[in-house]
Amino acid sequence: MNIFRKIITAIRGGTREAGEAIVDANSTRIFEQEIRDSEKHIGIAKRNLTEVMAKQMQASRELSQLQASIKEHEGYAVQALNQNNETLAMEVAEKIGELEKNLADQQKSNEGYLKSADRLKELIKNSDRQLADYKRQLSMVKTTESVQKATSAITDNFTQSNSKLLNAKDSLERIKQKQAMFDDQLKAAEQLNVDNSDDSLQSKLQKAGIGAQQSSAQSILDRLKSKK
Amino acid sequence: MNIHKIATHLNQLVAHKTGAGCSFDCTPLGGNIDVLQVNIFGREEIPIFISVSDNQIHCIAYLWGEDEIKKEQKVKMLEAMLEMNIPIPLSCFAKVDDKYVIFGKLSTNSSLEDIELEIVTLSDNSIEIISEMQFYLN
Repeated sequence: MNIFRKIITAIRGGTREAGEAIVDANSTRIFEQEIRDSEKHIGIAKRNLTEVMAKQMQASRELSQLQASIKEHEGYAVQALNQNNETLAMEVAEKIGELEKNLADQQKSNEGYLKSADRLKELIKNSDRQLADYKRQLSMVKTTESVQKATSAITDNFTQSNSKLLNAKDSLERIKQKQAMFDDQLKAAEQLNVDNSDDSLQSKLQKAGIGAQQSSAQSILDRLKSKK
Repeated sequence: MNIHKIATHLNQLVAHKTGAGCSFDCTPLGGNIDVLQVNIFGREEIPIFISVSDNQIHCIAYLWGEDEIKKEQKVKMLEAMLEMNIPIPLSCFAKVDDKYVIFGKLSTNSSLEDIELEIVTLSDNSIEIISEMQFYLN
């Protein structure tokens, strides 16, 4: 199933009710099951691969042992022939024949193991690719589901609270007005700060006896006394 | 990551405004799936909706409805939106039912600071885009 195509078809078809699932829950379950199956198959294939590779290593080791043994016995046969011991040489030759038969068998199984390992590696690679694809598609399905459900939750909420989403232009206008008001408030606050700092300067000047001085009770009394 | 964790983080920021100078008010919405409505102070008209799925956090803001578009300008508007889709930071445009939306997605492994940045950017982008697209709207 191509999920992407399915989603597009459903949207283009326009037959969909608002909030109706494009991809039904059953498809999601099937996908999840397919992912689990693929993971299981990959697990089994990996275990088999380890087993086959171990057997192949064993076969290859036996192969070299047999080759060494054949070489060794060939040496013995030559030595026996050099001693003109035909009977012993024949006995060794028979042993070599036996070893060569074993070698052929071992070579066959070694090749078999190598082929199986290659096949399993290919299988694992393909399954891994398929699994990644399934996971990607499942993620798309789940995202679609999640956004659909979220959309219906949002819509329900607006319907229940009897409010509705504002017209875009009106929203912008209101936000701009608020922004302008904040800016004005900020400016007013700054102005207020400036005024306050003017006040404090004034009081500092007064303390220093500079500028217009506030009449104190003492100065009033002094003034009255002088009028007498 | 879940919406409650996000809400707790954002609400804590109300006391001391974030670097971006925003304070948030978060309300979880009911329904089949947990959705968090995030109002940014001074921009309550364009809330950001957040939902969390298995591996993604979706942040969506509604821009305008199909009915708000000047019919004869629709194709031009869609072209303009497609062209802006790449340069616009962190967000993309989409359509959900008959509403045009702007959205951003984050990994569920994102930090709360990343989510906060996403929300603020999405809100800035929403205002920016409505201002720029006014010509196409009724």
